[in-house]
Formats: sequence, structure tokens, C-alpha cells
Amino acid sequence: MSHDWICSKDWKIPSDTGDARRILDEVLIDLGEHGWGEEYTFGIHLAVEEALMNAIKHGNQRDPEKYVTVECRFTAKILQIVIEDEGDGFNPADVPDPTLEENLELPSGRGLMLMKTFMTTVDYNEKGNRVFMEKDLDAPPPDDDDDDDDDEDYL
Amino acid sequence: MASHHHLDVSQSGDVSVVRFVDRRILDASNIEELGDELFALVETDHLKRLLLNFTGVEFLSSAALNKLIILDKKVKSIGGKLVLSDLRQEIKEVFAITRLDQLFNISDSEQQALADF
Repeated sequence: MSHDWICSKDWKIPSDTGDARRILDEVLIDLGEHGWGEEYTFGIHLAVEEALMNAIKHGNQRDPEKYVTVECRFTAKILQIVIEDEGDGFNPADVPDPTLEENLELPSGRGLMLMKTFMTTVDYNEKGNRVFMEKDLDAPPPDDDDDDDDDEDYL
Repeated sequence: MASHHHLDVSQSGDVSVVRFVDRRILDASNIEELGDELFALVETDHLKRLLLNFTGVEFLSSAALNKLIILDKKVKSIGGKLVLSDLRQEIKEVFAITRLDQLFNISDSEQQALADF
């Protein structure tokens, strides 16, 4: 499906959290300037932050010789972000569900869960070093699977 | 007493009230320091009754949640009590989504939290 993007940017940054912070701030400012309200940008902020930190810390292991590439594009209703690292990748299915009783006290696994919660789509490539995230403001909330009448309320 | 750059610590009776200096408790470069400061409250300052007041905190990441989980374990291991208060609605939702609202004692206000100790 093609979209008429009102903003489209690419970055390639070293495995540095300061650079990641700069990109994140730029994305949030761009979204705000194009009418994306705080009711959406809190979750987007969280999802992108988690994905960037995963790429830098877990993917590239903070190796200064390795880079993270970020693609960001959006319309008034759809945001797509692609983040790729140069690490060995991982299998998202191997990440334990942090909400299970036995995992509640484990200090891990919540980043991926929050990404999935606040974005409409979170897809990893087969290797697990590239994540595609989409926020579609016209998508129904996750729990409302078949009631189209609720779509307008969600907007 | 350990030095604090990211925390503001005061006493209310026998409860240590901790506020965060940073509005965004997320930046990975700060999160390790923040965690160390939080843990020092228990391990160095030997504080057992901690109230974390989140007033002014606009955002926190899973890395910060992980630090809070470890802090909670440390407090419980010495027979202490940890209460969180004044979380903005979006952050409350993060605790609810991750079910950490079942792990932590969360109060709406500092006053209510102090009454709950």
C-alpha cells in the first residue's frame, strides 16, 4: 500500500545512546508539528525508545564500530519506523512473557511487550536484527477485534 | 549518606521520601547511575521505608522499570517497604500493562502513601 508521506527521514548512527536520544527527540518534534497529539506520542516515544535501546545495547552490544540505521516516515494517520542493527539478531518468541506470574519479578522482557502494546504492528525480520513498527491511527484498538462501530471512538 | 545527582531525598517521620530530578527516567546513559543511586539508599544509607514520589516524571522506560523491580527486591530482602506515588496516568498505564501494579504498592498521592506505611 502506498502512502503520501508528509515526512520521511533516514539516519545512520553509531551505537551511542546520545545519538539515539537526538533522533527520538527529532521524531517526536516532527510528529507534534504535524498534528500527532500527546495521546499518541507517549506510546510512540516509549516504543521507539525501547527499539533503539534494544538495537544499541542488545543488538550491537554498544560496539562503537557498529551502526544503527533508522527510517521514519509518516502521514497524518500512519507512522512507520524501521530500526536495524548490525548484531546477530534474536528470536522474539524466545523472550519470556513478563506478565506471567512466575516472571513478574524478572527485570527483563518488558521493552518488547511495550513496543507491541503501543504500536499497531511490530515485525522482526527472520534474523531478528531489523524491526518494522507501524502506528495506524485508523486501526481498531487491540481488544476490539470485530466491532467496527468502535473505530470512531478510538480516533 | 550516599551522594545523589538524580534523586532528592527527604524524611517524613521514619519514611524516606524520594523524588526524581529528571523528568524522563529513561536515558540509558543515566539509567545506570539512577539505579546505583536508588540501590545505595538501601545498601549504603540502610533506608528501609521508601516512598518514591513520581511528581514531575513524564516518562520512564522498561530499563527504569527493571531498576525499580531490583530495588523492590532489595527493600524486601531487608524487611523494608517500598511505595510509589503520584504517577501520571500514562505511567500508571505502563505499570498496569506490564502487571507491575500487582508487584508494587502504588498510591495516588504522597499523603495517601504516607498514611499507608
